[in-house]
Amino acid sequence: MSILSALWDPFASFGFMRRALVASMTLGMGAGPVGVMLQLRRMSLIGDAMSHAILPGAAIGFLLAGGLSLTAMGIGGIVAGLGVALLAGLVSRRTQLAEDASFASFYLTSLALGVLIVSARGSNIDLLHVLFGTILGIDASALCLMGGITTLSIALLSIIWRPLVMECVDPGFMRMTGGRGGIYHMGFLFLVVINLVAGFEALGTLMSVGMMMVPAATARLWTRRLLPMMVLSAATGMAAGLIGLLVSYHYRLAAGPSIILTCSVLYILSLAVSPAGLRAGRHVHETS
Amino acid sequence: MVAAAGLHDRAMRRIMGADRMGHLHPMTPCTAAGTIRLEDAGATMGGQVVWRHVTGSFRPGSMTAIAGANGTGKSTLLRAILGEVPLAHGTVTRGGLGPRDFGYLPQARIIDRGFPISVTDMVLGGAWQQTGLFGRADRTVRLRAASALHRVNLGGQAQRMIAALSAGQFQRLLFARLLMTDARVIVLDEPFTALDAPTTQDLLELVCEWHAQGRTIIAVLHDIHQIRTCFPDVVLLHGGQATWGRTPDILTPVTLQRAYGGTRDRWADMPS
Repeated sequence: MSILSALWDPFASFGFMRRALVASMTLGMGAGPVGVMLQLRRMSLIGDAMSHAILPGAAIGFLLAGGLSLTAMGIGGIVAGLGVALLAGLVSRRTQLAEDASFASFYLTSLALGVLIVSARGSNIDLLHVLFGTILGIDASALCLMGGITTLSIALLSIIWRPLVMECVDPGFMRMTGGRGGIYHMGFLFLVVINLVAGFEALGTLMSVGMMMVPAATARLWTRRLLPMMVLSAATGMAAGLIGLLVSYHYRLAAGPSIILTCSVLYILSLAVSPAGLRAGRHVHETS
Repeated sequence: MVAAAGLHDRAMRRIMGADRMGHLHPMTPCTAAGTIRLEDAGATMGGQVVWRHVTGSFRPGSMTAIAGANGTGKSTLLRAILGEVPLAHGTVTRGGLGPRDFGYLPQARIIDRGFPISVTDMVLGGAWQQTGLFGRADRTVRLRAASALHRVNLGGQAQRMIAALSAGQFQRLLFARLLMTDARVIVLDEPFTALDAPTTQDLLELVCEWHAQGRTIIAVLHDIHQIRTCFPDVVLLHGGQATWGRTPDILTPVTLQRAYGGTRDRWADMPS
């Protein structure tokens, strides 16, 4: 088998591989830039928490639809994710707890609740689908949902770019001079939630955040400018989608984990060779 | 920029009437446009009283320092003026000033200096009240940004990332951003902390220039000598109380010893 046909055949021969490829490309494009912003706001943990928070919503959608309905579970996930984001924000404003502490409490509750609901009515297979996704079982309507979410998230991100960046760098200045930074913060959390819901269909609640965080961490090692960072993050996620699917096809490995692990390999390689990676750290130690 | 400042100045004079000196009249309730007035104000934080029964005015064009030891509520007072902290009792009136009339310089340590944004973009952020949050920064605004950077001696740094700036350069950048806001009231929270003498001198000059243009200046400061030489009015916070008035009357060796400790001689010997 020539190299070219090894790259081409899986997608030419199988419709589910083509759909998986489009899905992972779409996810990478949408989640990559959002992940960069999430990390720059030092909210990595909160992204993780949100991905768990959408589980009970998706589970209730699963119950109401009486099976694995992507629409019902998607809507349920968005509602639950936004609810938890609002609630955690409210709790941290009213109490002494920092936002990450209240997020951590909420997401553990959500995870337990979600697993409880799905396993009460569904089979273990259903539970596995919810937790780890079914990227090889993506259908056309799920692709449309993902495409819509990615389009919306890139459009919204470019519209709220300026206030969002200002809010990130110096929230005090924006607030004190009459800007309502809180709205853009919420708008951004909304983007995080919808991207996690998109990823949830393909990679499951436990891994969808991987497509957001790992490419973003990789991109941050290569550039110090925001726009190139976001583009690179999206490109890394898309490349990992392609490579991960090919690896999983040829070596008969699970597709979702292969994609995330490809992201990880790219991250580790970047750590080793990028200017801001481990070499930079050693350089600082030598000179100081 | 110059034309805009001139217009601004004329407008300010019209609003302010005759008394441009910014003298305080703590006993007469003041309703003049552009006057920020605290009336028997008090603030609490986490159930603890920070300060209370504070009464006084920042008149248009006045230049007031807020002094006091650490933890006496200087930043809380600034935030109360800006409406960020709800008062436990009393009122604060702002004489028709909206949030957009205020320029604010946060303490530098609060800002995320690792964020990947260029010096130019940071300065342009100061003009958001004019460009809007979504509007384009047109040629005029960009020229103003360039001249603001030039004014604070950062002309050659426009393309650098903020993470690459030194502490002094970063503070200059924040002042350039304030220049962009063209605000009537400029609120500075510890503007000269951890800066070397030349930088402090340059930035202090800029503050005095703003004062000369008729803008109201309110600044939290630690350097008593600086307050005595540059700030006509002062609010001294100590033990939950505010002493408010002309600087020479308020910053006496007796009050300074009470507020900051040390010996009375130490405060008496200070050059004033």
